[in-house]
Amino acid sequence: MTALLSVSALDAFYGDFQALFGIDFELQQGEAVAVIGANGAGKSTLLKSLAGLVRNRPDAIRFAGREIGDSPAANIVRFGLALVPEGRQLFPSLTVEENLLIGAYGGERTSPWDLQAVYRMFPVLQERRRSAVTVLSGGQQQMVAIGRGLMSNPSVLLCDEISLGLAPIVVEDIYRMLPRIRGNGTAIVVVEQDIARALRSTDRFYCLQEGRVTLAGRPADTDQDAIRTAYFGT
Amino acid sequence: MNGFDTIIEGVLLGGVYALFALGLSLIFGIMRLVNLAHGDLILLAAYLVLSVTTVLGVPLAASSLLIVVVMFGAGFALQRLVLERVLGDDILPPLLVTFGLSIVIQNGLLLGYGADSRRLQAGAFESSSVTLLPGLSIGLAPLAALLTAVAAVALLQLIFYRTSLGRAFRATADSPPIAQLMGINERNVYAIAVGLSVAVSVIAAITFGIRANFDPSIGPARLLYAFEAVIIGGLGSLWGTLAGGIVLGLAQTIGARINPEWQILAGHLTFLAVLMVRPRGLFPSRRP
Amino acid sequence: MTVDSIPMTASGEREKASAPVWQIRVGTRLSRAAAIAGLAVVVVLALLPMIASRNLIQDLIFVFTMLALAQLWNVLAGWGGLVSVGQQAFVGLGAYALFAGVVVVGIDPVVAILLAGAVAAVAAAVLGPLLFRLEGPYFAIGSWVAAEALRLICAQFKSLGGGTGMSISPSELSQMTGLKAVQALFGLRAGAARDILIYWLALLLVVLVTLSIYAFVRSRMGLALAASRDNALAARSVGVRTGRIRYFLWVVVAFATGMVGALVYLQKARISPDAAFSVTDWTAYVIFIVVIGGVRTIEGPMIGVLTLWLLISYLSQFGSLYLVVLGTVAILIMLFMPRGIWGETARHWNVRLFPTQRVLSRNS
Repeated sequence: MTALLSVSALDAFYGDFQALFGIDFELQQGEAVAVIGANGAGKSTLLKSLAGLVRNRPDAIRFAGREIGDSPAANIVRFGLALVPEGRQLFPSLTVEENLLIGAYGGERTSPWDLQAVYRMFPVLQERRRSAVTVLSGGQQQMVAIGRGLMSNPSVLLCDEISLGLAPIVVEDIYRMLPRIRGNGTAIVVVEQDIARALRSTDRFYCLQEGRVTLAGRPADTDQDAIRTAYFGT
Repeated sequence: MNGFDTIIEGVLLGGVYALFALGLSLIFGIMRLVNLAHGDLILLAAYLVLSVTTVLGVPLAASSLLIVVVMFGAGFALQRLVLERVLGDDILPPLLVTFGLSIVIQNGLLLGYGADSRRLQAGAFESSSVTLLPGLSIGLAPLAALLTAVAAVALLQLIFYRTSLGRAFRATADSPPIAQLMGINERNVYAIAVGLSVAVSVIAAITFGIRANFDPSIGPARLLYAFEAVIIGGLGSLWGTLAGGIVLGLAQTIGARINPEWQILAGHLTFLAVLMVRPRGLFPSRRP
Repeated sequence: MTVDSIPMTASGEREKASAPVWQIRVGTRLSRAAAIAGLAVVVVLALLPMIASRNLIQDLIFVFTMLALAQLWNVLAGWGGLVSVGQQAFVGLGAYALFAGVVVVGIDPVVAILLAGAVAAVAAAVLGPLLFRLEGPYFAIGSWVAAEALRLICAQFKSLGGGTGMSISPSELSQMTGLKAVQALFGLRAGAARDILIYWLALLLVVLVTLSIYAFVRSRMGLALAASRDNALAARSVGVRTGRIRYFLWVVVAFATGMVGALVYLQKARISPDAAFSVTDWTAYVIFIVVIGGVRTIEGPMIGVLTLWLLISYLSQFGSLYLVVLGTVAILIMLFMPRGIWGETARHWNVRLFPTQRVLSRNS
């Protein structure tokens, strides 16, 4: 079965600095895949490359049969690939509801994720729909960010460190929603530093270290020591 | 009654200045660009309307509409073809390019139309007045200018806060890369913003061209008044810009009442005073 | 290799060490050759009045003064990050201070030039804190407003000609220091002798301005500003007091600009507010010179001013058209050759006549 999203020999550069070296990566329809690794391993860079914020060779990234490696970010969300950026990155000038609405700007479909669906998943956002996003708690902001990503009804949702800076209970609440998102037909890529949580929520994982894939497989089939070695590289 | 007259006159003049300022405020809010050719574009619009009305004989209202559309296109093209290439972290290139543009437009108009003063003919509208109270009558044209300014601000606020395009403007102003992640093509957003700014300036040009003589050299002065209105009113708020325009109009009118030679200077001094005492302006927005 | 095995020495010194020695060098062979050539050029220019026509002398006064203004604008905008569209404020203020000094008070014109600089510097010192509250592009327009305000204020002084302006009579100028000497030297009448005297003053001023700017840019202050320009936060974190240095630069540039303004109008002997505070003459041309030649280079404005001189000489007969050409060329250069003629050339051939970069070189 051809993968929904496939990456081959991806090199990513920030100016002269090379962040990724020959990454191979695959995501099937409806799957949930984790990308783990220490700080600076290149996880965010991988997601940014997928989302079009870092440009690449056209054939480095294929999505639904299309070569998108050099497509601009604005087009990629139109194709059906949405990014929930690291650190939330909500728009401070927009209210909660407006942040969600802007998520739908580039989407080609309007279902199943619309405002009502997002509010059903995160009821607290409906209560605070008119408030500025800057006064929300970290967890609520993360919900807005995820909701914003869903509003374009993507086939693939890229989640960059959604647990960052949040209390464990809050992270639990958010991760509990992932199956619901998958259930509605969206494949998910989760980038995490929290290895245990990442491996619990996904079918497969990739481990990055200094810009390279050091290990890939199924959480159930892989032992702790192998993961530790691949993560830290010792 | 004399003092009251002055106030009314000042407020009405302020309406025109607010219209000058709106376009400037808009593009600075969205793209942090200051267009030094702003005033000259206003003059260009005035001359184009003049040509269409006198040479082609089209009535003023229809000409205005036509030129609004034309200048929207011109602004859009200006952004996509020229300004887009120089926008970035360095403030020097956009300033230099728009300054060069200012020189080109001014002298181009001089070559094309000569240095004589012109005026837009609005027939009876120009000189008719409306009586508000016994003993108090206001020129219809100046009143219309003020009302147009208010309507323009209201319309722009509507666009900004109630439309998808407005959300896109605000999101792009917050963070262009994240806006891209939403599917927003920032190049088009910026181009629409510049087009809108220039289109609003056309309205300014017409209200101004009806009641005063104009010639190619007065563009820069319009830029300065627009700028003063924006700073006095406070950055980031369109209603603030309207207020700033009115304050400027009042300052100039009161200055003129003391000594006609002091009209413009009074405006400059008021601007400098506001800068000294309230650097963020009188009604700055509460943006984070 | 640890840090202490690399002895760092200032250029010119040599330390005996067995390990290779790293030096920080600023001069290059080419720049030293250029320095000698530059000196020769200045000497030739100084001697030029012996053979040059009065027209050429007047043209060169224009070239020297415009070059000085361009260098000053360049260092303010390119290094200081202060893009001002209002430097005509100081040109006009300096010119009016000169006229006030000579006509009203009766000071020697040459002394009045220094006075003019001082007046401009004081105005800058006062306006600076106000205008610095405006960021980037708004500072640009704010400086323009300040210039306009000063123009209107100067137009109020009837004793200085009001809105229509005034002239300095030859008799008021006859007491100028050095005038009699020049007259005797060249056997000329007062008018022509005055032009030569002003020519020498202008030459002196532009040489001093250029060398001072060069020294500033190479100094620690210049380095600090360049660092601030690249990354303001990082610069502050290593202790760079950008605000103070900028303010200092702003005031000193105003001082020099005021002197140039005084010199220009001393030569014209006639002033009006519109002319002395003209945006076109004192800002548009200046910006054009810098843009064409190359922003942030010292050689650039030299090329720019010669280009402007050529363009004006040939195109001014066509009236406003040449300003359209000037503006269009400036726009095209900013779009396609943003480093200017000199900037692109220097980059391509790796040439620096006024080297401002510190180069770490190995000397073993």
